[in-house]
Amino acid sequence: MLGSVRLDTFIQLTLNGLTLGSVYALIALGYTLVYGILKLLNFAHGDVFMVGSFIGFGALQALGGSATPKVPVWLLLVLIVLAAMVGCALLGVAIERFAYRPLRNAPRIAPLISALGVSFFLAYSVQLMFGSEQRDYDAFSISAGALFFNGFDIGNVRIPLLRIIIIVSAFVLMIALWLMVTRTRIGKAMRATSHDREAAAMMGIDVDRVIVFAFVLGSALAGAAGVMFALRAPTSATIGFIAGLKGFTAAVIGGIGSIPGAMAGGLILGFAEAYTQGYISTRWSDLLVFSLLILFMLFRPQGLFGSPELKKV
Amino acid sequence: MDDRTDHPLEESVPAAGTTAGPQIGKDEWVARISERRTGRGGWLGKVDERARAVPWWAWLTLFVALAAMLPVGFESGYVRRIAFDTVVFMLLALGLNVVVGWGGLLDLGYVAFFGVGAYTYAVVSSEKFDLHVSALVSIPLALVVGGIVGLLVGLPSRRLVGDYLAIVTLFFFQIFLTVTNNGESIFGKDLTGGPNGIINVDPLNVFGRELPVSRDGIFNVAYLYVALALFIVVYVALRFANDSRTGRAWRSLREDPLAAELMGMPVQWLKLTAFAFGAAVAGLTGALVTGLNTSVFPQTFEFPLLITIYTMVILGGAGSQAGVVIGAIAISVVLEVLREPGDARYLFYAVAILSIFAALRISRRLAAVVGGTLVLGFVAHAVAESIDASWTAGAPNGGGRVAGWASDWVIVPADLAGWLGPVAYITLIVLILALTLLHGWYRLALLVPTLYLAAFVWENVMITKPEPTRFVILGAILVAVMIARPEGILGEKRVEIV
Repeated sequence: MLGSVRLDTFIQLTLNGLTLGSVYALIALGYTLVYGILKLLNFAHGDVFMVGSFIGFGALQALGGSATPKVPVWLLLVLIVLAAMVGCALLGVAIERFAYRPLRNAPRIAPLISALGVSFFLAYSVQLMFGSEQRDYDAFSISAGALFFNGFDIGNVRIPLLRIIIIVSAFVLMIALWLMVTRTRIGKAMRATSHDREAAAMMGIDVDRVIVFAFVLGSALAGAAGVMFALRAPTSATIGFIAGLKGFTAAVIGGIGSIPGAMAGGLILGFAEAYTQGYISTRWSDLLVFSLLILFMLFRPQGLFGSPELKKV
Repeated sequence: MDDRTDHPLEESVPAAGTTAGPQIGKDEWVARISERRTGRGGWLGKVDERARAVPWWAWLTLFVALAAMLPVGFESGYVRRIAFDTVVFMLLALGLNVVVGWGGLLDLGYVAFFGVGAYTYAVVSSEKFDLHVSALVSIPLALVVGGIVGLLVGLPSRRLVGDYLAIVTLFFFQIFLTVTNNGESIFGKDLTGGPNGIINVDPLNVFGRELPVSRDGIFNVAYLYVALALFIVVYVALRFANDSRTGRAWRSLREDPLAAELMGMPVQWLKLTAFAFGAAVAGLTGALVTGLNTSVFPQTFEFPLLITIYTMVILGGAGSQAGVVIGAIAISVVLEVLREPGDARYLFYAVAILSIFAALRISRRLAAVVGGTLVLGFVAHAVAESIDASWTAGAPNGGGRVAGWASDWVIVPADLAGWLGPVAYITLIVLILALTLLHGWYRLALLVPTLYLAAFVWENVMITKPEPTRFVILGAILVAVMIARPEGILGEKRVEIV
């Protein structure tokens, strides 16, 4: 009896970890794509994620709200994710063009400070326009709770449809990104630029275009992650900071700059958080996770999938 | 308060009678650095040059004397309290300047060191553990604890290169927040009081005499003098530190860590000391603030405070002590003015008008832009009023003489439609970004609607919400300064080494 309860808790926590982890992985991919090419920690990325959740909210309201949507449910979900992805991609391009490109040859610390400024500007611009109160997608009202009650069971644990949608679509996006980076021309250009920017430019690769493309991809993924996050928990103008922190933590665990690393790092962070919350303490889970990370970074700063950085003189 | 007392400008200008040209034993390139650094023309350049000729201690004395006179001119406790807060920001900016300006390291946990100092003071001088240590002990204690924690946080950076240091400090910041917010039961013991913080902390006491935090119901001006005294000590101490061997080593670390290492400098140790110096100053300031507030809460040490201090340092000019002090004063005053809609309006129009004048000087272009904007405003206002009187019937928020004038020119609807605010705000940002891409007459033509839209957004959206507006402005300043003038107001322009 007790054993089965334990097993149920474990399944539940694993499910939580998987859902959290796939959202973290999507955010981490944005950090990793940009870092791989520009060697820049894009602190504003978490706020792009937050803006994505707000665009999704706006699109949801424009389509009639969650209780009385004007379109079928599947189309509704696809449309709000698409709106957030497109909106965030545009935002990402604008950030790159106006806040980072002028500083490309500046000292290392300059774009980082600019990124802090952008992050702050975005968070408080949203607060200025829409207030600081929480926005709830109210996904429960979508076809009267069907997304929560339907699903399948593992043991005594019900896996709700919404979670399945989130996990599956996150993985679809990640696989699509992976294919794009490994199989297409622009993906090849991205890998080349990430390997050696100057040499890539000499080989005739339009480095500016590659950089913009990295921002488009990363920001679109963050937008999708924003909607996925906000379908489960209410969003507000200040979630970007913590989400960004978790995202780049995931990217660092996996080895920043490495795409499979970001996916693995996101999942590891999601599981670590879910299990510490479930088995140890909700209150200290952040402390444990961050302390572990500092230790991790001490002994393997290049992450799981990264290779140690060689310095050239 | 100049950073280059050994300003080599005199050397680079040959004395009358001697011929300019190659001189034996003198590196031409090095000698001309100062020209490249202060290459500002016009009267502004002359003022700059004259100001730099005055030694730093003279500026410091003048400044402190003026600040000490402030309570004579201002009776109100409010103004004195703001002056105190400004000195606190100046101290914080001086500390961050060591790490960012001299060491060239990105410390995102700086506010946590401030918090460590504040909590240290609160723990050793409150009812909580029934300790009531004299301020002559507790303030140095906060300084030392801050410095030691800084060293400990910096230690991992021994193995970490580049951006990883920023990440570790950010983690440390989060850990600090978690610990203080949940500190009411660490292994069953109440250490930090959790979200309720520590209250009933003793005010500062010197030589056995307690300094009351308020006198006759207003802010006790003695605290301003204590803060100023600490400011002088910190300023001078850091000044000497910067002129020492270590200071020079810090700057070489900032310019090129790899080269510094190859020259045999103990790079890791230098990073650690820069970190510890900054953290110690932050800890000291934390104790000072807690002594006045007689309480400490984890909510004080949040991310916005960090960005505020960063903006001060970057705007003033990272690397220049005088610069970061000026930055701290400017930002602190601006943030305070923005609290009150009536005052904020004055500030907005003053800055708008001054920056147009500065950008266009007195010219036909200036007349065209100003005239065009005014005409556009009156026409738009008249058209809106004739369509629907309620569109212009709104009362501008806050008072002031400009408010009446602005309401004849800017459209302020009686009730703003929910969608209009965000749309206008986003359009404004897009227009401003577009302005940076355009040149010539296109730019001037676009400037007219942008200015009017800015006034519209200001009157309808921003002025009603001081809190987010203040932080939006800080973020914008940070990005704009980094791009347009990375050396800030007084900072050193980097010497490009090819």
